[in-house]
Amino acid sequence: MDILFENVSHIYQKNTPFEFKALEEVSFHIPAGSFAAIIGHTGSGKSTLIQHFNGLLKPTSGHIRMGDFNITAEKKVKDIMDLRKRVGVVFQYPEHQLFEETVEKDIQFGPKNFGLSQDKIDSRLPEVLKSVNLPEGLLSRSPFDLSGGQMRRVAIAGVLMMSPDLLVLDEPTAGLDPRGQKEMMDMFSRVHKETQRTTILVTHSMEDALKYADYVFIMNHGKLVMEGTPLEVFQKEEALNQVGLAVPEVIKFLHAFESRFGQSIPFKGQSIQELAKEMTEIVRRGVKDE
Amino acid sequence: MSQPNDISFQNISFQYPQGDEWALKDVSFHIEENEWVAIIGHNGSGKSTIAKLMNGLLTPQSGRIHIKGLEVNEENIWEVRKKVGMVFQNPDNQFVGTTVIDDIAFGLENHGVQRDEMLKRMKYSLEAVKMEGYENHEPHNLSGGQKQRVAIASVLAIEPDIIILDEATAMLDPIGRNSIMETVDHVRSERDVSVVTITHDLNEVLFADRVIVMNDGEVWKEGTPREIFNLHKELGEIGLDTPFVTQLSNSLKSEGIVLNQEPLTHKELMDELWTFYSRT
Repeated sequence: MDILFENVSHIYQKNTPFEFKALEEVSFHIPAGSFAAIIGHTGSGKSTLIQHFNGLLKPTSGHIRMGDFNITAEKKVKDIMDLRKRVGVVFQYPEHQLFEETVEKDIQFGPKNFGLSQDKIDSRLPEVLKSVNLPEGLLSRSPFDLSGGQMRRVAIAGVLMMSPDLLVLDEPTAGLDPRGQKEMMDMFSRVHKETQRTTILVTHSMEDALKYADYVFIMNHGKLVMEGTPLEVFQKEEALNQVGLAVPEVIKFLHAFESRFGQSIPFKGQSIQELAKEMTEIVRRGVKDE
Repeated sequence: MSQPNDISFQNISFQYPQGDEWALKDVSFHIEENEWVAIIGHNGSGKSTIAKLMNGLLTPQSGRIHIKGLEVNEENIWEVRKKVGMVFQNPDNQFVGTTVIDDIAFGLENHGVQRDEMLKRMKYSLEAVKMEGYENHEPHNLSGGQKQRVAIASVLAIEPDIIILDEATAMLDPIGRNSIMETVDHVRSERDVSVVTITHDLNEVLFADRVIVMNDGEVWKEGTPREIFNLHKELGEIGLDTPFVTQLSNSLKSEGIVLNQEPLTHKELMDELWTFYSRT
């Protein structure tokens, strides 16, 4: 799904003493099929922004194009209902939204509400379970008997059932342990590649943005302050620090290495072992020069 | 016993009502007065169960828990809870006040703190978490990080002897996490308080004096952060990562770089590399 934001602003409680500008003149383009990351300090406007992707919020001013859908302040909500079938949003802690008696009923609740036929639901279910790594044996269990990670997968399965063109992920790994985080991100990366859908990841983790995204947007105080490929954006350590963000640890270390040893190791996605090799070469050369 | 430990777990076993397995199996450890201990372990290893046992939210099937010399039992529970301040992962579940300042006042009123003392504590605890100016904001309108800071301020205001942070920074960005850790560190420099952080964040572990590693309901290892991260490979086997610096130094070692000690910070590793570089 091709996404275009043109001068989008969102003001909460406009014309009241509580008026608050959460988004200010935000413009960007996300081409269909890309994996974009949106990063920002807490309170930077990320959450307000993502609620515009499926029309939960409408812009106060400006224009949004989501595929064939146009959203403006004047647009009626019923006209954007169809958009919600095509944009799947995985909110923070999606497992808090589980409520049904069984895993199967919970996964089917959303699709049924959106009018997906039982045939389609039945035919899609095995595939979706496979993508989120849930064994079919869990279908008859209560979702509340599952572990935190499994509960989250159930909630995500419900979103994937609609096979949305755009998948929006709001901090999908919060609260999981490191292994769980990696499994979850690898799962989203696989789902993204398999279906060529557009994925937008909202995250605090610079490491995840570096590893999984092909394009990065940096938000600060409701404004879009930087964009580019992860490698481009993360070169600007000082500018990122100014908006309260830290570069990924590996890049921070390479910058410090450069200022100490006077030789730069450009980061192009090397593994830690590969970087260690490059550093060792430089450090050993020093020994020989003495 | 001359000086009672702040927290002592003796042979604690615990099983959840519907659980088929023991969440904790014969767990014993001590936490000294004014000590900062990090408890790590993968999900389901028993770390959060420990936190809930510490202030009597759960009761073990066997074993004894003492907090500041008081046994945690039905009789002492309220006395124990006065001594233990807890911050949980999701701040939305722990707000009671309609404004930030009300929320902080709630705990103080419950503890019967006098009004002038209350005003003083509310002021300094909001300053400590850098939330001055938000007194009259509604908690549910704050961002995740701001909410968590208010939750921490509410606990600081009560001046507990023991602060337990149960994955309290999980929802924050790296800079937010660091600032919370520095806040707690600062509080600890001003008065005696023991801190227990239950965490996945490896950089948070570096603030601790000691680390307890949990695995499958048992204490797997105890040691300083340096000793623990030295166990790089074994930690991987029980599903735990090591910090970037540890991973990089291990890779450097396998390339033949000799390091004198296990570095924990960027600076320590850089200094080690520099020593190697400038050695003739």
